Order: sequence, then C-alpha cells, then structure tokens
Amino acid sequence: MENEAGALSRVAGLFSARGYNIESLNVAPTEDETLSRMTIVTRGSDEVIEQIIKQLNKLVDVVKVVDLSEGRHIEREMMLVKVKAEGSWREEMKRMADIFRGRIIDVSDSTYTIELTGNVSKLDAFLEAIDPSAILETVRTGASGIGRDDRILRV
Amino acid sequence: MEITGAEIVVRCLQEEGVEFVFGYPGGAVLNIYDEIYKQNQFKHVLARHEQGAVHAADGYARASGRVGVALVTSGPGATNAVTGIATAYMDSIPMVVITGQVPTAAIGLDAFQEVDTVGITRPCVKHNFLVNDAKDIAATIKKAFFIAASGRPGPVVVDIPKDITINKAEYDYPKQISLRSYNPVTKGHTGQIKRAVQMMLAAKRPMIYTGGGVILSNASEALTKLVKLLGFPCTSTLMGLGAYPATDSQSLGMLGMHGTFEANMAVQHSDVLIAIGARFDDRVIGNPEHFFQEDRKIIHIDIDPASIAKRVKVDVPIVGNVHDVLEEMIKLIQASHEKPDANALKTWWTQIELWRSRECLKYDRGGDVIKPQYVLEKLYEITKGDAFVTSDVGQHQMWASQFYKFDKPRRWINSGGLGTMGFGLPAAMGAQFANPDATVVCVSGEGSIQMNIQELATCKQFHLPLKIVLLNNGYLGMVRQWQEFFYGNRYSESYMDALPDFVKLAESYGHVGMRIDKPEDVEGALKQAFSPEMKERLVFMDFRTDPKENVYPMVPSGKGLSEMLLV
Repeated sequence: MENEAGALSRVAGLFSARGYNIESLNVAPTEDETLSRMTIVTRGSDEVIEQIIKQLNKLVDVVKVVDLSEGRHIEREMMLVKVKAEGSWREEMKRMADIFRGRIIDVSDSTYTIELTGNVSKLDAFLEAIDPSAILETVRTGASGIGRDDRILRV
Repeated sequence: MEITGAEIVVRCLQEEGVEFVFGYPGGAVLNIYDEIYKQNQFKHVLARHEQGAVHAADGYARASGRVGVALVTSGPGATNAVTGIATAYMDSIPMVVITGQVPTAAIGLDAFQEVDTVGITRPCVKHNFLVNDAKDIAATIKKAFFIAASGRPGPVVVDIPKDITINKAEYDYPKQISLRSYNPVTKGHTGQIKRAVQMMLAAKRPMIYTGGGVILSNASEALTKLVKLLGFPCTSTLMGLGAYPATDSQSLGMLGMHGTFEANMAVQHSDVLIAIGARFDDRVIGNPEHFFQEDRKIIHIDIDPASIAKRVKVDVPIVGNVHDVLEEMIKLIQASHEKPDANALKTWWTQIELWRSRECLKYDRGGDVIKPQYVLEKLYEITKGDAFVTSDVGQHQMWASQFYKFDKPRRWINSGGLGTMGFGLPAAMGAQFANPDATVVCVSGEGSIQMNIQELATCKQFHLPLKIVLLNNGYLGMVRQWQEFFYGNRYSESYMDALPDFVKLAESYGHVGMRIDKPEDVEGALKQAFSPEMKERLVFMDFRTDPKENVYPMVPSGKGLSEMLLV
C-alpha cells in the first residue's frame, strides 16, 4: 500500500467496520520508500475472505492484495520473551531456548530475554513448553509472509 | 507565479467546470471565501446548515450526473456535513466536499473548532485527503474529482488546514491523473457476457432487476433497448426508478419491502434473475434463506466487484460499467441465431399478469379524509409525470415511489441507502439549480421537513420555485406503521405534537403556503400550485392526510419476498 499517513487506519477501520477479525497485523516500509507492505492474518469462510480481499482492493491506498495462503508461502514471526532465570530455571530456560533455536539476547541476575523466530505455531509451542509461572513478559511482531520460489509480489 | 492556496482551490474548481458550490463559511475557510468573493465563474449557494449544503450538492449531482461540490468550515462545519456525506456514500453519488481545518501547527492540540475530519469521515467516503502543503492542493483536488466520478462513484473529502490556504505555491492543474492503486474496471469480461447472454436466451422465467447503477452509468437507453429486445419483465429498486419507463407494460414497478406483488413474486419465482447495477440489499430480497428456497440462476452486472457475491451467490458475475456491458449484450443478442423462448415467455407473462391483476396498490378511496396516495396520483397527473421529484424518508417516500411513475432517469431523487430524513428539501434545491426551468417537487412528511426546514430561506434567496407537497398525517408515519404491526399499537414517541402552522411558516419565509383538508380540494390546490402564476414562487402545500393509512404491500422484516402483507 501507499506509504502514507492514514493508510494503516483505513485498513484497520475497514476490518472493524465490517466485523472482520484480525489475528495479527504487521506493517513496515519496503525497499521502495513510497510503499509499505502489510501482512494481515485473518480467519473466515471462503466467502468472507473473498469479501475482505475485494474490500481491501477498494481502498484507494491499497496497491495490491494477495492471499498468501492460496499458494506455497513462508511465514515468520518474531517474539521476545522475558523469563525468570533463577535457581533451576537458569539452566532450564537456556536449554529450552536452544531446543527452539532461540537466542538469549539480554541477561540479568534473575532474568533472560529470549528472542525466538518462527511460524506462529512454533512460538505458541515454545510458550506451552516452558513453565507458565516463569514467563514475565512477551511481545510478538505478528506474522510476516512471503511467497515461495518465484511467487513474487511486486507492484 | 506563485499564488495562495485559497486562490489555487478556487482556480481548480473553475478548471473542473464547477457551476455551483454549496457551502457555509467559517473561520478555517475564510481565505477560500475571500477568493470566491473575487470571482464570478461559479456561483456559491449559501445554505442555512452544512447538512443542507451537502444534500443540495448531492441533489445537484443526482439530477445532473455531474460531480456535486460542497464547502464547509472545520469542526462543527465538518461534523454537520457528515450526514450528507454518508447519504451520498450509501447511494454512490459523486461529490467533492472541501472542509476547512485548523492551521497545521494547531492540529492535534484540541484547537478551537478542531475535529479529526479525515478520521470521522473515513468510513463514509470513497476516499479522503488531508492537504499538508499548498503545492499539493491542485493535484489533490484533481484526484478528488477523478476518484469521485470514476468507477463506482462516491463522495471524496479534501481537508485543507487554514495556513495552507495562505501559503503560496506555483499553480499547475494536472490535465490527467493516474493512480497506481486505483484503476477501476470498466469493460466487462467478454466471455462472461457471452455466458450471460446464453443463459438469458435459454431462460423460461427470466426477470430483469435493475438498480441505481443503471442511472449512475447513464445506461437507461441501453437498458430499455435490451428489455424490449428480449421481451422480459423488468423491475427496479427504489434507487433505479426511472431507468426503465414505469408506464411501459414490461415494467412491473418496484420490488422489495414495499415493492409490487407482481415484481416480488416474479423475482422469487424466476429461473434466471439478471441483476443490473443493483446490490441485493436487505430491503430488496427480504429474508435471504427464503429467497434461496427457489432455485434460480443469477447474473450480476456491477462496476464494484465487492458488490458481487456479497449477499447472494452469483452464477455469472460481470464486473464492469453497466452501460458498456448492456451495449455488448445487445450486440450479441442481435447477432445470435437463438431467440428467447417465445412459448415459455408467453406462459410466464400469463402468470405475471395474474399476479398483476391482484392490483396490489389499490387503496380505499372513500371517506372525507385525504388519502396520501390520492395526492400523489393527482400530482403525477398534473405534472404530466415529468417533474423532478425529491423525497424525504418514510411513508411518503414509499408512496411517491409507488404512485409517481417515472419514465426518465434522474427524475426520482431520494436517500435510498442511508434513509436520511431532511434530505428532500435541500436535494430539491440542488435539482432546481441543475435544471432551472424544470418543475421540481419535494414530497415530504411533517417529521422530515422539519429536519432541514431552515433551507426555505435559501430557496427564498435564490428564487427557487420548488413545490413542496407535504403529506401531513401528524405522525412519523412509518414508525407508527411498524408500531401498529409489530408493537401492539404502542405509538411510542411517533406522534408529532405541537406542529407549526406550515402556511404561516412558509409565508414568514416569503413563500406561498396552502393548507388542504378535504379530498375535493386536492386537485384544485395542485392545479393552482402548478399554474403559470406560481411559476416563480415556492408553494408549500400542507395536505392533511389520513393518519391511519399504511404502506402496502409490505414484506415484514425477516420474511420472504413472497410473504407480503397486502391490503
């Protein structure tokens, strides 16, 4: 979409006005600074998804809409988790981060901050795998998606 | 040479060939108004409320097919305009609304008369802009007109902070504009059009269902040609009346909640339904489950892909400009060896005539109280069916749509989508500006007319000889009707107490007022109002009508099209 003030609120407003749900939404400028790229994760029947795509296409700031789930694609989300790292947890949390190929990017006497990247279900799985009472804080970016192979979204 | 932002705004409007700007001044637009004062290429029409200004621009657009233009100030000026903007949005009316804004440096600081106009109007515009630099004004206004008038039309808001109207910039109005993110489809897919034509020619019980899109794309002639060529029955939504001549025998009148028995039955029992510039809304198809109890194929032509398959599943979708698609269909049908199935059509028409013989618009003519339907029948006769008729919202709107037979497009002007009371009078002003010599009638109710009654002053100032037909039954009639049918006669707040004396009211604004109480006086009063002596005058006719009259037929909310309540 056009990298313009208000473009994001048009998209967000459309979803709330028409009662579509947003599981996650992520947006940032692209290599072309006049364009932003947004990845929205939503749920709905085929008819609802078709309407969402049509309604998004009607927004004047939206340049192109692609349903990534129609074809082969990759999606990734990044999460930062601050966990308790005292006593037995200090070793346990390090091990779990390794198993999930996360990285500890900040350490204090009592905490680790773990960076984890993967698809949404992997991040969910990590949170389920560790002791919930050890979790102090989480922040997630929402999914970003891109087509596989030569499936390219260009304007 | 550099000129001020305000000069640029005015020059752009001149360049677009704008004839009328409907507006209301205020602090944030003083610079623009100062430039308007210095020019005489377009005329500014001072409404008496911003809602009136926007409805007038809307009425002008509907009657003329051109882009309506309104100009209002920031804050309350903009919020008062919102109802007008939303009205135009729901009915896809091309309009550019310029709103003043507080100076750039004051935005976000809760300044005097500040409101987030772009934020407030976002859900009810086709697009909107906040101009941040005087050098962007020209291109933005060009884009606004282009977006408003192309594709599925709609209102576009251009919000201009006050400092931007003082700042100077080079003036360069772009001749052409292209937007990479906005390329509406106009030409229908040829393969789909062929499929549709085959389906139409094979139909046994075909039905053509037309909407406002036919009028918006100026496809009335093409539609008439197609319907005649095929010999199919044709019905219209409230928004599409006049696109196909109502007095023609192939017209079944309006469909939907207050549509005719024959139109609703024929739609429900058709085997091929051809929807043209219409959108299957809730007031048209009734209960969708009931609608789909009958098996039929649906062809849907619309310029907006999002209107297709929104409420109903469609067998042959055609995205494109209605006019161009219909022309292509006509060519294909003329070139085809196949013809419509004459025997099947004959049987179908026999059935339709049986439905038509039910005479669903019949009403009780006796008694000494004026029937609203009778007033409209007489209005139709006396104006020879050739007036521009605007309406407000409620029972009078439905009766006008049922009893005034529109043979031409753009003659029937009403708020179909949003259902805005207070629309009729200012819209009539716009229609009169677009057609200074035409007869323009506003059919209203005593509830609706009071919502923008102040516009009688605008009519006086600009010598607009409107004819106001007030069907005054003392009730918010449609509310009262629903309360009678569905709320056990509990008329909660629907009685319009303490009505003004409308004759004196009209006179105090400098117009002619009449009060008509008896059925035998209806014709005479109308004849007088439309007589040559009154040609230059606004005549306000207060008809005291039967408070108990209801609009029939009626498809109650949640019921199917063939489950109408009849008289």
